[in-house]
Amino acid sequence: MGLRKFVDKIKPTFSEGGKLGFLHSTFEGFETFLFVPNTTTQRGAHIRDCNDIKRVMIVVVLALVPALLFGMYNIGYQKGIQEILPAFWFGFLKMLPMIIVSYVTGLAIEFAFAQKRKHEINEGFLVSGLLIPMVMPISVPLWIVALSTAFAVIIGKEVFGGTGMNVFNPALLARAFAFFAYTPKMSGETVWYATDANTDAITGATALEQLATNGEMQWSVMEAFIGRIPGSVGETSTAAILIGAAILLFTGVASWRIMLSVFVGGLAFGYLFDAVGMTEFPAYMHLLVGGFAFGAVFMATDPVTSAQTNCGKWIYGFMVGALAVIIRVINPAYPEGMMLSILFMNALAPLIDYFVVERNIARRKKLIKNVK
Amino acid sequence: MKLSKNFTNPLAANNPVIVQILGICSALAVTVKLEPALVMGLSVTFVTAFSNLVMSLLRNGVPSRIRIIVQLVVIATLVIVVDQFLRAYMYDVSKQLSVYVGLIITNCIVMGRVEAFALANKPWDSFVDGVANGLGYAFILVLVAFFRELFGSGTLFGIDVIARFGYENNSLMLFPPMALIIIGCIIWVHRSINKDLQEK
Repeated sequence: MGLRKFVDKIKPTFSEGGKLGFLHSTFEGFETFLFVPNTTTQRGAHIRDCNDIKRVMIVVVLALVPALLFGMYNIGYQKGIQEILPAFWFGFLKMLPMIIVSYVTGLAIEFAFAQKRKHEINEGFLVSGLLIPMVMPISVPLWIVALSTAFAVIIGKEVFGGTGMNVFNPALLARAFAFFAYTPKMSGETVWYATDANTDAITGATALEQLATNGEMQWSVMEAFIGRIPGSVGETSTAAILIGAAILLFTGVASWRIMLSVFVGGLAFGYLFDAVGMTEFPAYMHLLVGGFAFGAVFMATDPVTSAQTNCGKWIYGFMVGALAVIIRVINPAYPEGMMLSILFMNALAPLIDYFVVERNIARRKKLIKNVK
Repeated sequence: MKLSKNFTNPLAANNPVIVQILGICSALAVTVKLEPALVMGLSVTFVTAFSNLVMSLLRNGVPSRIRIIVQLVVIATLVIVVDQFLRAYMYDVSKQLSVYVGLIITNCIVMGRVEAFALANKPWDSFVDGVANGLGYAFILVLVAFFRELFGSGTLFGIDVIARFGYENNSLMLFPPMALIIIGCIIWVHRSINKDLQEK
C-alpha cells in the first residue's frame, strides 16, 4: 500500500493551515477517488450503506461503456469502414477529444466552485462528463462541447447549489444549449458523420427523420436494434443500451419503475397514433430509433431530477415516454422529442411529488376520521 | 443630499429591475438588439418622469378612491404621446418594438412609482425619482441587449464587431430564455457586491 502511505504523507500540506491548504477540496476529491473514505456520516443519514455517491457513479459509467464502445465502432462504420477493429479505432480517435474536452471543462468549473465555496468535490460530473459527448453528433466542433458543458455546469447545476440540487439533467441541458444555440451543427443531414480530411463528406438523414417524412427507413429493424444507423454517438444501439440497463437494474442504481413506465408511455402513445393513422410505421419503432432508449435508461432515471415518490415515478416515466412520442409525431420542427420531453418533465417532477404526497396525507387523514 | 440619493438609489442599490424584479416581460422582449432596447428604456424614462410629475402636482386634488383611474389616464396619455412620436420620427424602431411601446402602460415600474412615491412627495422630487427609476430600467435593458446582440448577432448597434473574426452566432441568445438567464447573472453579480441584499 505504497500509495496509501504517500497520500497520508502529503495530507498535512493540503489540510487547513498547510502550505497548499487552499487546495484541500481538490486533494480530498482525489483521495476519496483512490480510497474509500474511512469517515462515516455522523448524523442525519437515514440509510446506512457501504455505497457512496462515488460507487454509484462508477456503476453508471460502467453501464455506459457498452453503448460508448458500440458508438465508437459505429462512427467508423458510418464512414464506410467495414472491418470491426479499424472502424472502432477510427471512432475511438474521433471520440476521445470530445470526452477529454467535456471532462476537463466540467471538472475545472466544478473544482473551482468547490474550492470557492469550501465544499467537497462532488462526483456527479463523472457521469455527466461522459454523457455529454455521447448525446452529441460526432462532427460537432470541440468548442461547442466545451461551451455547452460550461453552460450546463454553471447555469444548470452550480447556481442551484451543485450536485444533487439541480432541477435539470446537466447532460441534456448541455445538449439543449448546443441544439438551440448552434442548430445547424446539431441537426440536419451532414452532422451525423465524422469530419475527415481524406474522404468526401457523407450526408444522410437519420432513421427518425426518414420515418417522420416517408413512414419507412432504409435500414431493417434488426439493424436499428443493433445500432448500425446514423445518430448521436451513444444513442444508436438499443442492444448496447439494454446491456447498460441490465447493469443498472441488477445493481439497483436506476429505478425500474421509471425505466419501465417510460417504455410503456412511449408504446401506448405510439400505438394510439398508429391506430388513428397519424404514423405509418409500427409503434415499437419509436423505441428503437433516435434517443428514446438512451434517454429512458440513462437520462430519465437520473435520481436527482426525476420524481422521488414511487407513485410519482410511474407518472413521471409515463409522461416522459408519452411526451417524447407526441413531440416526434405532432411537431414537424422536431423529429426527436426525447430531450425536450425529459427536460420538461424534470421541471414538473417536484410538482408530481407534491401532489402524490398531498394525496397520501389526505387519504390518511380520512382513515383517521373513519376510525374515530 | 436627499435629492442626489433619490437619484442614485434606483440606479444601483434599489434598481427596479434587478432588485424589485419589475418590468421583466419587456426586458425579455425588446433586448434582442441594442437600438430598440435603448429607445424602449428612454421611452419608459419619459413616461415615469412625467407621470410622476403630473400625479405629484395633482396629488392633493385627486380623491383617493378614484386615483387609479386618474393615474391610468395620465400614463396612457403619455404612452400615446411616446408611441406617436416614435412612429413619426423613428418608424423602423417603432416597428421592432411593436406592441411593447403600448404595453408601457402595464409596466409595473410606472404605476409603482406613482403609487409609492409621487402621491406622497413634491413635484420636483417626484420628477427626479421618475427619471432615476426609468434610467435604472434603461440601464439594465441596455446591458442585457449588449450581451444579446454581441453574442447573438456579433454586432453592436448593427455594426459588425466580432462577426468579422469568424465568430459563430449563438442563436440561443436571440431567444427570450437567454435574456432571463442574463438578468439572473446580473442579479448574481449585483448581490455578491451588495451583500446586504442577499437573502438568508
